[in-house]
Amino acid sequence: MSEVGYARIAQDGFWKNNPALVQLLGLCPLLAVSATVVNGLGLGLATALVLAASNLTVSLIRNLVRQEIRIPVFVLIIASFVTAVELAMNAYFHDLYKILGIFIPLIVTNCAIIGRAESFASKHTAPKALADGLMMGLGFTLALVALGAMREAIGQGTLFAQAHLMFGEDARTMTITLVEDYRGFLLAVLPPGAFIGLGLLIALKNVLDDRLQRRRLRRHAVASIPRQVGA
Amino acid sequence: MNEVLRNMGVAAGLLMGFAIIGTGLVSVTYEGTRERIVANEKAALVRSLQELVPPDRYDNDPLRDRIQVTSGALGVTGPITVYRARRAGQPLALFTTVTAPDGYSGPIKLLVGVYSSGALAGVRVISHRETPGLGDRIELEKTDWIRQFDGRSIGSPYAPNWKVAKDGGYFDQLTGATITPRAIVRAIYQFLAYFRANHAKLFAPASETRQATAENAQ
Repeated sequence: MSEVGYARIAQDGFWKNNPALVQLLGLCPLLAVSATVVNGLGLGLATALVLAASNLTVSLIRNLVRQEIRIPVFVLIIASFVTAVELAMNAYFHDLYKILGIFIPLIVTNCAIIGRAESFASKHTAPKALADGLMMGLGFTLALVALGAMREAIGQGTLFAQAHLMFGEDARTMTITLVEDYRGFLLAVLPPGAFIGLGLLIALKNVLDDRLQRRRLRRHAVASIPRQVGA
Repeated sequence: MNEVLRNMGVAAGLLMGFAIIGTGLVSVTYEGTRERIVANEKAALVRSLQELVPPDRYDNDPLRDRIQVTSGALGVTGPITVYRARRAGQPLALFTTVTAPDGYSGPIKLLVGVYSSGALAGVRVISHRETPGLGDRIELEKTDWIRQFDGRSIGSPYAPNWKVAKDGGYFDQLTGATITPRAIVRAIYQFLAYFRANHAKLFAPASETRQATAENAQ
């Protein structure tokens, strides 16, 4: 197993292998809850927390668990953490919990989590697995927030609506009204808006990647004798 | 054969170990958060009751003065808790949950407050799965639609007008969502009719009511 550096882990989680935009894992909560920034952030952070905890645990026990029962064990670990997070959210962010409702328990079925447990945490040391869990989780959160911002701005003409659910009463003023008396654009709020929004985000990411790649190649071509390009 | 059995035993033992650890984690969290969750739920309930009837109008604790009733008019088959507010022992208002079973995408749960006179103190949506942007405008956070029930009673508007405007009734519908308001109007009307017919029972002191519920069940 080749060693992976922390910079690489961060880069993978946020960009190159972003669970939402590249691996396309965990779409169920992603599409359902991303109608506003606050919802996206809430679910994203809950997922990140579960992902970090489960990655760490899976890595710690990786030499203890036999191959044939690793999947049930992973599922058990993930489900336990999700239940714990759900209870904690109900206790400390009661109103947000009421809005996110069923999607908190559904974190159990987020394939990104078991995916990371299987493909990364079970093969790497604990600190690396924890870092991977955090970075993948934050990458997922980032995608959720970006999609949430897009849908909220287009759908309702606001940003950070209902921020008080997460940050307390003082945060009521955080809500930014982009357009006064906005009539709303229903498509962005409804599920199809989530699909279209996600498609646009992926397209945007690909365009950016393409640009970067081309710039790199050009610099390469100028700097050295043309050589084999690719890989 | 023995080899297989031994492997199975070890795997099962490992799995059991993890099950115990996992359950332990969940139990500890549950114990640690239980009180706070109960307190949260109670606080949320108190807040919503106070929003319907100002707390200085009654002098008892409605959360304690409660009974269970079972009636089809409340939209569910199981028993429902009714909280009563009194002033100097006289019935002032009661609060309960009414479910409109026929929302656009499933039941809509409502918190209803009604004064002893039969006039609605107000209605709030507790939970629903209506279409975001259309049916969800029944939430007070989104629009004032639900406030049009404030002060209404079974005779005001006149019974045949307890419909949405589209059906020739008194109440506004929501653009693009007719089924949702229709379900709510119907559920509230049904509840008010039930309230009028069972006024004495609903406000009866807790011990008598248990009897009444038992009779009702027979």
